[in-house]
Order: sequence, then C-alpha cells, then structure tokens
Amino acid sequence: MAETPRQIAVLALAAALFVALPAIAAATARPDLITLGSQIAIMAIAVAGLDLLMGRTGLPSFGHAAWLGLGGYTVAILATHAAQGSLPPWVTQAWFAWPAAIVIPAVLALAIGALCLRTTGISFIMITLAFAQMFFFLFIALKAYGGDDGLSMRRRNALPFIAPRDDVAFFYVCLAALALVLFGLRRLAASRFGTVLDGIRQNERRMAAIGLATFRYKLAAFVLSAAIAGLAGALHVNLFRFASPDLLHWTMSGELMVMVVLGGLGSLWGPVFGAAAMVLLHAFLAQWTEHWQIVLGPILIAAVLLARRGLWGAVGGRRRGASGGRA
Amino acid sequence: MLDISGLCKRFGGLVATDAFNLAIAPGELHALIGPNGAGKTTLIGQLAGELHPDAGTIHLDGADLLALSPPARVKAGLTRSFQITQVLMQSTALDNVALVEQIRQGHSFRFWRQAASDRRLTDPAMAMLDRVGLAPRAHITAENLSHGERRQLELAMALATRPRLLLLDEPMAGLGASEAAAMTALLAGLKGQLAMLLVEHDMDTVFALADRITVMQNGRAIASGLPDAIRADPVVRDAYLGAP
Repeated sequence: MAETPRQIAVLALAAALFVALPAIAAATARPDLITLGSQIAIMAIAVAGLDLLMGRTGLPSFGHAAWLGLGGYTVAILATHAAQGSLPPWVTQAWFAWPAAIVIPAVLALAIGALCLRTTGISFIMITLAFAQMFFFLFIALKAYGGDDGLSMRRRNALPFIAPRDDVAFFYVCLAALALVLFGLRRLAASRFGTVLDGIRQNERRMAAIGLATFRYKLAAFVLSAAIAGLAGALHVNLFRFASPDLLHWTMSGELMVMVVLGGLGSLWGPVFGAAAMVLLHAFLAQWTEHWQIVLGPILIAAVLLARRGLWGAVGGRRRGASGGRA
Repeated sequence: MLDISGLCKRFGGLVATDAFNLAIAPGELHALIGPNGAGKTTLIGQLAGELHPDAGTIHLDGADLLALSPPARVKAGLTRSFQITQVLMQSTALDNVALVEQIRQGHSFRFWRQAASDRRLTDPAMAMLDRVGLAPRAHITAENLSHGERRQLELAMALATRPRLLLLDEPMAGLGASEAAAMTALLAGLKGQLAMLLVEHDMDTVFALADRITVMQNGRAIASGLPDAIRADPVVRDAYLGAP
C-alpha cells in the first residue's frame, strides 16, 4: 500500500484544496462551489465503499444505488414522521438518524448479500441489479413517501455546535466523514481482513484450498460497503434536503461503478478522484450544453482507455508490480 | 490414516473413478501413477472436496471427509497442491505464505492491526520459505518469480497449513532437470513427517520417493504395492510402464 512520492504530493494538494474550498468560494463569490465540494466528498464516500467490494474483493455489484437510496430515504422518512408528530423529534438528530441510515442498509445487505453471493460473475451483476431495481420500484410506489416525486425534508439533521443552514459547516462535516472512511479503509486494506479480501479477488479457489471459508468474508465486505453507502446516502439527502428516487435508479449504480473504474480499481484513494472528475464534468458540461451526456460519454471512454489503472494509477506513474508488498 | 472405499464418480457416460479403494498409513509417501485420463486428478478433486463422488466413502483418521467443505477438510488435516500453480500473483512470496499462516491461526475478522508487520504471521511464514529454499526471494512478487520458484511457493503454501496428509498433484510439472532434482530432494526431506499422496508422471521421482505405489487405469486401481513389485508386475508393464 505504498504511495509513490507523486501520489503523496497529489493527495496533499487535493486535501489542501478541499480544506481551502470555502475560502476560495468566498474569494470568487461562487457559493455553489461549496455544494459541489460537498457533493464530491459524499460521492467519494460511496465510491470508496463500492471499491472495497469491486476493487479489493473482486465483486462487481451493479446494485449499489440501493444502499445509497436506502440510507437517504431513512433520514428523509424519519424527518417526515417527526414533522407529522408520529415519531418523537429526536429521531431527526444526526446521532440517531445517521447511524440508522448506516444500520438499515447494512441489515438488508446481510440478507440480500447472502443470496447474491451464491452466484458469481455475470449472475452476480444481474442479481444485484435486480434487487436494487426492486427497491427503486418500491419507493416509486410508496405514495406516503412521495412516490416518484421524491421526499423533501425541511431542515438538515441537527448536529451539536453546527447551525443546520450553515453550508460551509456541513461541507466540513462531509469532508470529515470522507477522511474518516478513507482512513478506516486504509487500515482495513492492510489488516488481516483486508489481506483475505485481496486473496479472494486474486484466487478464490486457492483460498478455499488453504482452508478459508470465503463466503463469510465476501458477505462481510458486502455489508460493510452497503453501510458506507448508507452514510453517503444520508449525507446526500441532507445536502439537498431532498430524497429523490433517482438515488435508487440503476443509472446511479452504473455511475458509481464508472467512478470506481475511473478513479482506479482497488486503489483506495482513487475513488476521491473518480468522484471529483465525475461530479465536476457533470456540473460544467451541464452548464455548457443540455446534451452534456453526449460529451461525457466519449470523455469517460477516453479516460478509461488511456489510464488503464484509473486516474490514481496515472498519477502514480509506475507500472503495477514495480512495488512489492501488500498492494 | 486415509481410507478410500468404493469411490465412484461419473461424468455422463465416462466413469472417472470406478469402485476405487486406497489406504494410506501415517507418514507414508504413496504414489499414484497411471496414463493420462486414468482419473488421478478427478480423485484429487474428490479428496480435496472440489468434486463430490457419486458413491463410496473417504475417511481421514476415522472422520468422514465427505461431510466436510473444502476449507473444513484443510482444517481436518488434508491439503492439496495444484498441478497448475495457484498462488496469489500480485503478492510477495512472504505474503502468500503469511496469508496461509493467518488463516491457519483462526478467523480473519480483524480490521485494524496491520498484517504485514505482524510477526506472529511473518516469522512462521519466513521459516516455511526457508524450509523450501525460497527465503532469499521472500520479498519478490509471485508474478516475478520463475516457474520453479512458484512451484516451491506452491509447496510452501500447502505445507503452511500444517497438513497431516498432503496431496501433491504433479509437483514436477514443467520443471527443468535441476529444478526437478531439487524438488525431489525437498520431498524426500519431508518424508516421515507427514503422509503424502503423490500424483506424478516422472517415474524417476516416483520410484525414488514412494513407499508404496498404486497404478490407476480407467478409474480403477489395477495394481498396488511396493515399488519393486510394481516395477515387476506384468499387468502394469503392459498398461503403463512399457517394455523395459
């Protein structure tokens, strides 16, 4: 897991940019940059979680939007009930709502993962997609929670010491959450658990032949990545004060996968760059033309073809295998 | 310690294992020979648990192996090595063996402590690499090792599970003459410490190492006994060894 000097420099630069973003936004009178920065941090959390599954364990889940959406809807639904008085007001406190948005996707992922992980390859991709679409259609049909109009929440979940309308403070909350997730995943990558996931990706048959019951580790990775996506979903809905069924749509699952590949599979830091590239392209191309997706497509194809190991690999500038140790 | 009785496996019309019986004593090196397609690899697959037999029983020290999953069989003391090297190509030799050591020590639901600096894993792994003669190459990624070195690593990984019975599926496959001699010496050094079932085409190796030999043809054991008796057996010479 050794980063090259260039990668460390780029990381430091990215971190500095993030931290200084509110100052930059104030100096250039572009408050929308704050929202953009929050969006990047939130998507990076979800992408980092998916990368644990795709890049580290070798399980290409095409249903990750489900966990993002479930996390998001959890906080929005709690807020709706609190506003109606059918739940006590403290359920909108972040200390309750956010853990709930992590635990609910995790518990569902435990059950659904146990089924999906009986399959491999294309079947795994298809069954994860099917489950995610099931949740999409469920929430479209739930008129009590907005149906296909989505569900808005009046104010963000209350955090201690932070004013709910303070966009800059919320940006730093997202940034802190991202830092926490990345730090945790970095520890995890080189832990006993992480080395087992690495081994499963490289050669699952061999892992069984040296005595490892692989299923429970794959399931643990599945649940963990769903939990991380749940947190991202909760933050996303807080950012816009709106839970959209689009969060659950299969195109969101696809976008998450694209961001993982764009950043660099299994690269840990890559997700930040994959998410940043995608969110920024999205924002600036959409300003420029209504048909921004026509432009986005070729850019993504070029990026994936030119940087086979993703943006993070391109930053590193060294071929795989040149460095020893536990990659 | 290993008892195979009446084992049968069919693939459609092909009978790959046909009422096969075999017994291996503790510490014995038992060689299994036979022409291509005799069913040797299918037998290994059934012993390791990757294939399920249609009939028959397999017992290891009295325990019913057929009830166990492949990982559980490793825990019970039976480990296989592969004919086509199956190591983690992107990991170093040391990391490959340390991972086996980690799995042997118990569950891997440890999310925080860094495994690469954990001497409880690296020390025994290094000792194992030393045992197979790969210690100087410990920090090279497997994809940068030579074919012979990967075969040594393959053996080190299998040994690191501390098996009581080791299934060796053609350990000499693809090795040059000097590498094969080194591997033979390595296996000779292991004799007596654990039981081994050696599937091998190289007859020099087989006759140099084996305590007993079973000859397999069309899924059946056509002869079984001491090396000298096998060498002299007219049925075996007809079927496999050819005229002297």
